[in-house]
Amino acid sequence: MDVRTRNNITITGAQGAPVLLLAHGFGCDQNLWRPVVDLLESKFRLVLMDHVGSGSSDPGAWDADKYSSLTGYADDIVDVLDELDLRDVVFVGHSVAAMMGALAVNADPTRFAKLVMLTPSPRYIDDADYRGGFSREDIDELLESMEMNYLGWSHDMAPVIMGNPDRPDLHDELEASFCRTDPACARVFARATFLSDNRDDLAQIPVPTLVIECAQDAIAPHGVGAYVRDHIPGSELITLSAIGHCPHVSDPEATARAIAAFAGSP
Amino acid sequence: MTDLDIDDLWDHAPSGHLIADPQGRILRVNSTLLNWLGYEPDALRGRLIGDLLTPGGRIHYDTHFGPLLRMSGELAGVTVDLVTVDGTRLPTFLTANVKTDSDKRPILLRITAVDATDRRAFERELRQQRERIEIEIGRVRVFADTLRRSLLPPVLSPPPGLEAADYFYPASADHIGGDFYDLFPLSRATWGFFLGDVVGKGVDAAVTTGLTRYVLRSAAVSDEDPVRVLHNLNSVLGQKLGIGDHRMCTLIYGNLTKRDTGFDVDLASGGHLPPLLIGGDGSALYADTIGGQAVGITREPHFIASHLHLAPGDTLVLYTDGLTEARTGIGRERFDDHGALLRFATDHAPTTAAGIVDAIHGLLDTLGAGVEDDAAVLAFGVPS
Repeated sequence: MDVRTRNNITITGAQGAPVLLLAHGFGCDQNLWRPVVDLLESKFRLVLMDHVGSGSSDPGAWDADKYSSLTGYADDIVDVLDELDLRDVVFVGHSVAAMMGALAVNADPTRFAKLVMLTPSPRYIDDADYRGGFSREDIDELLESMEMNYLGWSHDMAPVIMGNPDRPDLHDELEASFCRTDPACARVFARATFLSDNRDDLAQIPVPTLVIECAQDAIAPHGVGAYVRDHIPGSELITLSAIGHCPHVSDPEATARAIAAFAGSP
Repeated sequence: MTDLDIDDLWDHAPSGHLIADPQGRILRVNSTLLNWLGYEPDALRGRLIGDLLTPGGRIHYDTHFGPLLRMSGELAGVTVDLVTVDGTRLPTFLTANVKTDSDKRPILLRITAVDATDRRAFERELRQQRERIEIEIGRVRVFADTLRRSLLPPVLSPPPGLEAADYFYPASADHIGGDFYDLFPLSRATWGFFLGDVVGKGVDAAVTTGLTRYVLRSAAVSDEDPVRVLHNLNSVLGQKLGIGDHRMCTLIYGNLTKRDTGFDVDLASGGHLPPLLIGGDGSALYADTIGGQAVGITREPHFIASHLHLAPGDTLVLYTDGLTEARTGIGRERFDDHGALLRFATDHAPTTAAGIVDAIHGLLDTLGAGVEDDAAVLAFGVPS
């Protein structure tokens, strides 16, 4: 299995510069990083990936068992770094990919220099005193909302792997494939994401970690960012004034600044 | 048209309108949407679009729709439940686009909601139907597969000194054709075999196929004359069985008896395609079984008897018309319209049972979608 094809690896940015691996969260694909890629590519070597089941990853690599837990996605991240033989990597994971990054770093710390967790949540469902923001019923409601919106989903319009190594015109690519995920894969990914509990994995993270949260985020509500910081030894927390769950889209300047300052510091 | 008309259209259009800042903070909502949701004028100003959604819908919006709108500049007909002031849900379709400044930076989100209550009820029914259908299809597949396997032998048990090979090509995952075959011991010295094809497809054909197999196996035990075995089957198929029209089949029945270094083969044919005899000397010809009638057509049918001997190196091949009538893709041509099967056999002579079955397997794969009916192949050979 060619890992580059499997995870639709895209490499851009400055030759020889520090390497950032950008991993997208639940929903859409590596295209969400475009606004921050534009701001980071002069200073960093940027490696982007699509998780299997999302974006332009290889449909043939789908394995419902493997990808029903975050470990399956984390194993792929380690594979990517092995295959590309990258070391001292700063892993930047959005949303659930922040937890995939935590699992990958814990599994093989030798490849990672630092971890950036963008709007992470180690557990989405409330549990005793812990406030994740959601109930099990809410997650069922999400799955139902996904079902309703996949009613018009057609296999004929499934994303095709883009052969163009250059960055094609943004709008064309968005029209063609953006956010169009096979419903069967999206269901499995949604369950793996929102039913996960990675609170116990935080304490073991052995690399310097930056947690970035938004001032108002319905998916990682107030308090979750601080929880993550408090449970990762030596980590720091930055709160952006942005609203929503995707500051790399809604406020790319502030997001890129925070990533660059942390990744570029010695 | 006056400005008054345009203001009226904004406020009282048959769809809900909403303007928000790029972060999703609501700036203005028209009367239609306020009425639908039960809010006072200005009550929603400053709230977030996500506040109007269910928690699950909010996750979907924040992970998919919101980023999609910001990145592509538009959102076309997504399905969203809005929550009214008293907590009930309003099914809607949302469409949206983004107003940008001269630097293409977003300034405003323009969002329109259409009431989709009826449509959603219809879609929900459609979805439930589809789920039921998927379960049904799964059940039918398992049923068809189990039934089909019950009509074919799990393993062939040839007599010592004879090699046997078979291949079955199902033309469809959820339809059962009527092909059947078997090879089984009758006594220490004699083995029986048959291969045939019940006319038609579907449940009736499968029932006839099952019946035919069991009648043949029991008739073979009580009678050593292959022609009488076919007559026995003909009597059973002629009785009132309550299984509709598919009670006719073509088949070859035969007995194999060890003699010298090879096997004697006594055949009876009920209107079936003639077996191929591929000689150890490199020849290939059809066994002389042409002219008999199908089993189950008349009360007193005419069946053809034939006798041949398989010496070391010889191979006998039985097959169904799924092979000979496969479309070649050239006009309306069928594979065996012009003697292609005999040429194919000649090209592979001399061969072995496994060799010719593998070759025909490859041929069927090459014909691919042209194979419109199930195809069964059974071959025996005496090792040279």
